[in-house]
Amino acid sequence: MTEPTLYELSSQGRPGFRFPQPDVPLTPLPEGFLRKDLNFPEVAEVDVIRHFTRLSRLNYSIDQGIYPLGSCTMKYNPRINEAAARLPGFAHLHPLQPVETVQGALELMYELQSWLAEIAGFAAVSLQPAAGAHGELTGILIMRAYHQSRGDSARTRVLIPDSAHGTNPATSAMSGFQVVNVPTDAAGNIDLAVLRTLCDATTAGIMITNPNTLGLFDQNLLDAIALVHQAGGLVYGDGANLNALLGVARPGDLGIDVMHFNLHKTFSTPHGGGGPGSGPVGVAKHLVDFLPGPIVEIVEEGDEDMPPLFGLVQPKKSIGRVKTFFGHFGMFVRAYTYISMHGPEGLRAVAENAVLNANYLLARLRSAYKVPYDRTCMHEFVLEGRWEDAPEVIALDISKRLMDYGVHPPTNYFPLIVHDALMIEPTETESLQSLDAFADVLLKVADEAHQSPQLLKDAPHNTPIRRVDEVKAARDLVLCCWVPEAESN
Amino acid sequence: MNTPSDRKYTQSDEWVKLEGDIATVGVSDYAQDALSDVVFFEAVVSVGDTVQAKTQIATLESVKAAADVNAPLSGEVIEINEDLASSPELVNSDPYGKAWMLKLKVSNPAEYDALMDAAAYEAYCAGRSH
Repeated sequence: MTEPTLYELSSQGRPGFRFPQPDVPLTPLPEGFLRKDLNFPEVAEVDVIRHFTRLSRLNYSIDQGIYPLGSCTMKYNPRINEAAARLPGFAHLHPLQPVETVQGALELMYELQSWLAEIAGFAAVSLQPAAGAHGELTGILIMRAYHQSRGDSARTRVLIPDSAHGTNPATSAMSGFQVVNVPTDAAGNIDLAVLRTLCDATTAGIMITNPNTLGLFDQNLLDAIALVHQAGGLVYGDGANLNALLGVARPGDLGIDVMHFNLHKTFSTPHGGGGPGSGPVGVAKHLVDFLPGPIVEIVEEGDEDMPPLFGLVQPKKSIGRVKTFFGHFGMFVRAYTYISMHGPEGLRAVAENAVLNANYLLARLRSAYKVPYDRTCMHEFVLEGRWEDAPEVIALDISKRLMDYGVHPPTNYFPLIVHDALMIEPTETESLQSLDAFADVLLKVADEAHQSPQLLKDAPHNTPIRRVDEVKAARDLVLCCWVPEAESN
Repeated sequence: MNTPSDRKYTQSDEWVKLEGDIATVGVSDYAQDALSDVVFFEAVVSVGDTVQAKTQIATLESVKAAADVNAPLSGEVIEINEDLASSPELVNSDPYGKAWMLKLKVSNPAEYDALMDAAAYEAYCAGRSH
């Protein structure tokens, strides 16, 4: 790949932008505020457009093909979401407008709060958090505030299964808790015998991902929840894998006290650089007062002639604001559109097809790849990307080779409890033909691993950039493309 | 997998070699293989600190994952390997030699007896093949 950077394309005196004549008197900046060392690139508009168009063609996206990144739910983002988000009445709002002038937007937020609460079985939802990990932090802070409000300061430990997303322990540590690891048993469930020994008066709660990151419905879930509740702890649900449960099971009904949703996974808003995330948090009844605010409520009931008046309300014992303004509103419009489009039956079909697609792929791949925890999976599954009779090949080589066939690799090396994990989540939006094409490539690569392993070790061969040196990239960081003159001497 | 028999091992994959009351600590060949290419090493304790067994003494990061290194034994930190911060790849190339991480003056040598010997550790690793 030889695409230069904008700095390399820059030519002095060739700006892509000209300032309009000012309609106020020109006033020079005061002495000391002007900097001469700002090295802005000067590039004509046409060259900027060509630069980014070339870069976009080097990219891979869900609009090009399957994106089976496990635990990420890279589902297709329906175009109708974009049409709705661009409606001028939504797109041109200002967050400081008086509430009387934004009633439509508030009604949408109110309904989205209600729908998410109904879908997952919670008493209330706050839309504020900006991403999944932000939702986790919010949820754990709510749990902390709950214990503190009861004067229960002894609860200093959060239990986290060893299959959890890394954000779970990071969130707990950041919230001031001690992280305690809970092992996975041989069947891929939470090890109840160990959990029983860990639950006591110091347990603030547990963070559970269900289905877990092995793609399995935790068969010990209800017992685990009961153990933690009996010890006085709360149960946090990591909603990353909610796509498998939509319309089938409700986390709130299973006993989960607080959970974040990933609108950018389950509810088809853009994901992975395509747009900001959104991580609303839902809570059971006893935690409603602790939600971050403001949330949208009906502040004046309507009647036959007048619609209700929606307003912004701060819950009574709120942990406070976790985001400027009201969260990522554009994502609320997209998720609202997606839920409206599907309806209850459609959402259930999403989950059923996501699970069916994953099991179909697993059935096709089982003969060629080792499945460390092999039982009926949910929306994703984990293979081992390593064979005893092809010892030099590792998961990374398989993934690089997949790129040669125009396929995005699955999640690598996660969960950590599986060596050389390949975590595959096809999502419901892939057709039978697309699934078959993907399976065919994986089977072919497994065959190549045994017949001509060097082909995998040297992969990718057909991509704009060949194998990158990940070790060098991690060790020799280049974090700045230019250094201000004052510091470069 | 290489497992020298002149030292003992923990369930969290550290090795410890005891000479008199001085313990040298590192991570096993199994651990470096599971982590793959190590790109970062940082001791989280300093010379003179007293550490308890099973508490964190260092952080390792590879291209795949980050991992805590725990003290196999309790004692006082008397030396830290200064080369590892600039050459973390030694953990992959020489886990039992140049990639020693720190030395402890142990306070409770009885803890050493409770650790696994090479044969027990190999069996332990074989038992968690997934």
